Amino acid sequence: MSTAAPPLPSGRGLCWFQALSGAPGLLPDGPRTVRGADARVGTEAVRVLAVVPDAGNRFRRVRHGEVGLEEAWTLAREVRRVMAADREQRARPIIALVDVSSQAYGRCEEMLGEHLACAAAADAYASARLAGHPVIALLVGGAMSGAFLAHGYQANRILALDAPGVLVHAMSKEAAARVTRRSLEALEELGERVVPMAYDVRSFARLGLLHKLITGVDADAPAAADLERVRAELAAAIADARAGARDLSSRLSSPTARSFRAASVAVRARLAEEWDAS
Amino acid sequence: MEQLKFSYPARSPVARRVHVGVVGSGDLEILLEPSADQQAHVTVTTSVAGFAVVWRHVLDRFFSRFDGAAAIEINDAGATPGVVLLRLEQAAEALRE
Amino acid sequence: MSFRTRQSFIELAARARARALLDAGTFRELLGPFERLKSPWLALQGIVPQADDGVVVARGRIDGAGAVVLAIEGAYQGGSIGEVSGAKIAGALELALRDCERGVRVRPVLVLETGGVRLQEANLGLASIAEIHAAIVALRRHVPVIGVVAGVVGCFGGMALAAALCSCLIVTRQARLGMNGPEVIEQEAGIAELDSGDGQEIWSLMGGEQRVATGLADVLVEDDCTSIAAAVRRAFAGGAPPRSEAIELFRARLAAIDPQQPPTPAELRALWGREVAR
Repeated sequence: MSTAAPPLPSGRGLCWFQALSGAPGLLPDGPRTVRGADARVGTEAVRVLAVVPDAGNRFRRVRHGEVGLEEAWTLAREVRRVMAADREQRARPIIALVDVSSQAYGRCEEMLGEHLACAAAADAYASARLAGHPVIALLVGGAMSGAFLAHGYQANRILALDAPGVLVHAMSKEAAARVTRRSLEALEELGERVVPMAYDVRSFARLGLLHKLITGVDADAPAAADLERVRAELAAAIADARAGARDLSSRLSSPTARSFRAASVAVRARLAEEWDAS
Repeated sequence: MEQLKFSYPARSPVARRVHVGVVGSGDLEILLEPSADQQAHVTVTTSVAGFAVVWRHVLDRFFSRFDGAAAIEINDAGATPGVVLLRLEQAAEALRE
Repeated sequence: MSFRTRQSFIELAARARARALLDAGTFRELLGPFERLKSPWLALQGIVPQADDGVVVARGRIDGAGAVVLAIEGAYQGGSIGEVSGAKIAGALELALRDCERGVRVRPVLVLETGGVRLQEANLGLASIAEIHAAIVALRRHVPVIGVVAGVVGCFGGMALAAALCSCLIVTRQARLGMNGPEVIEQEAGIAELDSGDGQEIWSLMGGEQRVATGLADVLVEDDCTSIAAAVRRAFAGGAPPRSEAIELFRARLAAIDPQQPPTPAELRALWGREVAR
C-alpha cells in the first residue's frame, strides 16, 4: 500500500512571521519549527508565535509544517514565558500566526503522548487568555484539526486572510477522502451543501467563529500597504478582545453565529433553563 | 434515508414515556410517549430505504400483542426485523415497569 | 465472605454509564431524547440523527456533592462530536464553571468514548471541541475535572486533548487513548509506520495500561461499575497539578529521546514511569 503524499509545505507562516516581527525568530532553546519574536502592533509590544516547516526536523513525521511533540510543548513553554514575564505588568497580546497542515501522524508521536503535548499548548493559550493577555489568531494558511486546537483555536479573536490556501478543517481533504472513501470532488460538493464541511476560509467565515476576514491582501507576497492593513486589523482585534470577556463567548454572539450556530446557542439556552431542578 | 408512517387502533391509554436503544449500526432507538388521540402512531426514520412492507409486517406483529395509544418514533440504522421487534418489546416492557 | 458480581461498565450505553457514576436516585437528565435537539446537519447527508445527538448530560450528586456527568455514546457515529453533542458538553461545563464562580460546587465527570470530530459536521465539531478545552481549563481552577475512558471506542482526536486536560484520568485496560486513530496513521504514514490490524501493537502504544504505566493517565481500573464509580469519587479528593502544565518535564524527556532509535513501549515505562508527571 503506498503512503499518502506529504502535504505541500506553505511558506506563508514564515513569510508573515518575518514581515510582522522583522526577525526569523529562531528560539535559542527550541526546535527550528517554532518561531517566537517580539513585535509592535500599533503602539503595543506583542509576542508573535508561529510553527513553520523544517525539512530536517529530527522527528521525520514533522517535516512539512505539522505540529508535533516538540512543537506543541515548545509553544506551551513560549506562551507561559510571556505570562511569567508580564506577571507584574500589563499582559501583552500574543499573536498566534497560523499556517499548520495538521498534527503529526506517527507511531512515535502516539507513544510519546502527542495528544498531551497539543493539550499543553491549548492549555497555555487558554491560560494566557484567562490571565488577561489578548490572544489573537491570524490564519494565513492551513488551520487544521489538532494543530489548530493547539495553536490558535484558544484565541480571543480569530482573524484570517481572504486568500486561497487559507483552510480550516478537522482533517485534510486528501485524508478525509481516503477515510470516507469518497473522491475529492464529492467532498468538495458536500462542502457546498453542508457549510461546516467546507475547507475554504470564506465558508468558515459564515459559521460565526471568525472575528474578521481580511480581504484584498496579497497572502504570498505582502506589500507594505498589506502589512499596514493587517497590523491595523490586529490592533483593532486586540482592543476588541481587551474590551470583551476573557472566554470564548464572542464565538456565539455575532449575527452569523446566531444563524449557522443556532443549535449551539439553543443547546446552551436550554441547558441553562434545565440546569437547576425546578 | 426514508421516513415512513403507520397508524394502529388502540384502546388503552399510555401513562408515560420511555426511551430505548441507540442509533448504532444495525440498531435503532425508540421514543415512545402518549399519543394525542386514541390511536397508536409510528414514525420510522431509517437509513435503509425500500423496506416499507417489512416495517409494516414487523409493526403488525408488535401491535397484535401491544395495545396502547402511543406515539412512537423509531430512528433506525439498518436493524434486522428481529432487532426491531426486540427493541419494541423492550419499550413495551419499560412501560410496564 | 461476600461475593459481588462484576458488572461491566463498557457494555453499558452512555445513559446507564452516567447513572452508574452518580449517587443512587440522583440522576436527572438534561436535554434528553424527548427534547429532540438533534443535529441540523446529518439528515441533509442521509444519516439518521439520534434524538440526543450521542451525548447524555446528567445532573445529580457524587458523594453528596452536586455533580454533572457528560457521557458520550460511542455506539452512535463512533462517539464523534458534532455541533449539538459538542455544545451539550461545552455548555454544561460552562454552567458548572458559572456555578463554581458563584460559590456553588459542581463536580464534572467526562465519560469519553469518542473518535473525535464528526467529519460530517467538521468545522462545527472542531469549534465545539475548542470550547470544551476552554471550559475544562477554566473549570479546573475550581474543581477537579475527571475523565473516564473505558472502551471499546476509546478516546481520539480533539477529545484526546480534552482527556489530557483532565485533572484525573481513569482508564480501563480495554481503553485506548491517542491523538490519531490507528487506521488514520496507517493510511497517512503507511503500514510500516503502524499496522492498525495489530491489536497487540496498538494497545502496547496507547492502551490504558501503557498510558498509566508511562504517566499519561492516572488510574487503571477493572471494567466494573462499582470500581469505576469508586475511582471517580476518590479522584475528587485529589489536588495534583495537571499534567498539561508539566512543560519542563516533558521537554526534557523528549530531548533525551532519539526519534531514530525510540524506546520500546516497555522501555518507555521504565523511563517515564518513575517520575510521575504531577
